[in-house]
Amino acid sequence: MENIDKNKFKTLVIEGVAYSTLFTKKFENRKIWQTPNNKIITAYISGTIIKCSVTVGQKVKVGDEIVILEAMKMKNHIISHFEGVVKTINVKEGQQIPRGYIIIDFK
Amino acid sequence: MSLRKKTLDLLKKREQAQLGGGEKAIEKQIAMGKLTARERILLLLDKGSFHEYDLFVEHDAHDFDMGNKVLHGDGVIIGTGTIYGAPICIFAQDFTVAGGSLGFMHARKITKIMDHAMKLRVPLIGINDSGGARIQEGVNSLAGYGEIFFRNTLASGVIPQISVILGPCAGGAVYSPALTDFVFTVDKISKMFITGPEVIKTVLGEEISMEELGGARVHCETTGNAHFYAETESECFEQIKKLITFIPWNNSKRAKAFKAKEPKSIYKIDNIVPSDPKQPYDIRNIIKAICDGSDFFEVQELWAANIVIGFGRMNGETVGFVCNQPIVLAGVLDVDSSDKAARFIRYCDAFNIPIITLVDLPGYLPGVDQEHAGVIRHGAKLLYAYSEASVLKITVILRKAYGGGYIAMNSRHLRADFVFAWPGAEIAVMGPEGAANIIFRKEISEAEDPEKMRKQKVKEYKEKFANPYVAAARGYVDSVIEPSETRKLLLHSIEVSGEKNVQTPYKKHGIPPF
Repeated sequence: MENIDKNKFKTLVIEGVAYSTLFTKKFENRKIWQTPNNKIITAYISGTIIKCSVTVGQKVKVGDEIVILEAMKMKNHIISHFEGVVKTINVKEGQQIPRGYIIIDFK
Repeated sequence: MSLRKKTLDLLKKREQAQLGGGEKAIEKQIAMGKLTARERILLLLDKGSFHEYDLFVEHDAHDFDMGNKVLHGDGVIIGTGTIYGAPICIFAQDFTVAGGSLGFMHARKITKIMDHAMKLRVPLIGINDSGGARIQEGVNSLAGYGEIFFRNTLASGVIPQISVILGPCAGGAVYSPALTDFVFTVDKISKMFITGPEVIKTVLGEEISMEELGGARVHCETTGNAHFYAETESECFEQIKKLITFIPWNNSKRAKAFKAKEPKSIYKIDNIVPSDPKQPYDIRNIIKAICDGSDFFEVQELWAANIVIGFGRMNGETVGFVCNQPIVLAGVLDVDSSDKAARFIRYCDAFNIPIITLVDLPGYLPGVDQEHAGVIRHGAKLLYAYSEASVLKITVILRKAYGGGYIAMNSRHLRADFVFAWPGAEIAVMGPEGAANIIFRKEISEAEDPEKMRKQKVKEYKEKFANPYVAAARGYVDSVIEPSETRKLLLHSIEVSGEKNVQTPYKKHGIPPF
């Protein structure tokens, strides 16, 4: 019979009961939920900025185009999901950005 | 020319063709730590049983200088043979010939042996070791792949299909293994991905090695695309041979029966489960205390380890085990474990393998990541798989079976044929602590000493509901049994169930939550 190393056990709480058990790597590395930050627009894919469609101080509505990002052989129109006033633009045309890069900050 | 001279000529031609890409290419293959395609087939199959077909097949492409290239067997070896006497159809891609790339005739050879396997109703084994589509043959390569995938699908559930990844298997090519029943991988040799590291770097700027992206470990631990992990090719072949002994040749046969054997005496079924329901144990010790010779052949050991699946024998006949594993994540059900179990149940059902389910789980794994990953949709697969399975299904509830977990783990309601429960089973809508907090919330909050009241209510609930007798009173559990009777009763259930036949309403097929 395989012997279990009790020191490796962690605690998992299911419906108020604390169970002694091992965790999987996937469980330990899981992404913890964070409420989306409505003061930033990020890139969902890495690519090259083709065009910047807003200016600092501009009032942005939901659905307005922020930048055009070339990725996967397509010109992707990044639109805003939030309302706000543009505080800083962190990209310039021709710049290559990675996924998750903050394109603009809102005030 | 005399017949004798022509025969000698044939032998020379054969020897030449069997060298594949030639001595230099073979040396390169060995330098990469890989066996040649021919060596692999000969190691896997019974000695002297292999016969090759289509050795002299040639491509007839002309674009891109193909007219000047001689590619022996067009880069793949096909044939028939036996494993422990069981008939097998096999193909093995030859990396020494044009990198094992798939051209039109290469694919034709593979589909030929696939068609044979379907017609003759015998298992198909595919050894993948290829650079991918032969670009020079353009759309004809794609056509080749398409024809293979279609046949994988047609054959699914008719004959066992096994894929062995002994080299690169990338791009479109990797869909063939994905459509087969079992995928075998070897550390540092198997490489599976849709887009490789170079493309990922160019398009997305993410840097990753081939091994980290799609090596054996990744697919056995993280993606669940593979079922078996080996350190060497030889170990892999032993695993394949072992699997063949557990499964039937096709869907209208039972797997080969062996001599019955008692479990090993070191597994004492009474001593394994701790009395404290919050303490874990390794469910595999229970499986080994039940099955013949304690010989349990686990499938997908490294992925979704909170559920355990695999093959064993009861009185010499193959059975499939699906069991919660309390020592990992308390044995909860989640996205991956539901997928893992559901597919295995479908396999056993398709190939007439009775399913034994051992239950001990506190419920489903909570978490935003689980919900957003679609635990609803994936969890439903398990319910669907059990419900639709018409093969013999036996359940033993060992300890906890709360809420949705009780239903999903092959309960009476999903048409389990026999449901047994141990005396320590707790079949309830919730655990005592959770239930007490909800049902007696008012009493607890209004009490002088809430903590004392809570403890008392938990005790009351535990005594009244955390047992198998409430379910037994309804016939949801057929028998409450002593742990030491488990094997005997499982054997009895299997003995009386040989002629099981269920009719389902006519339908082309259902719509499982894919």
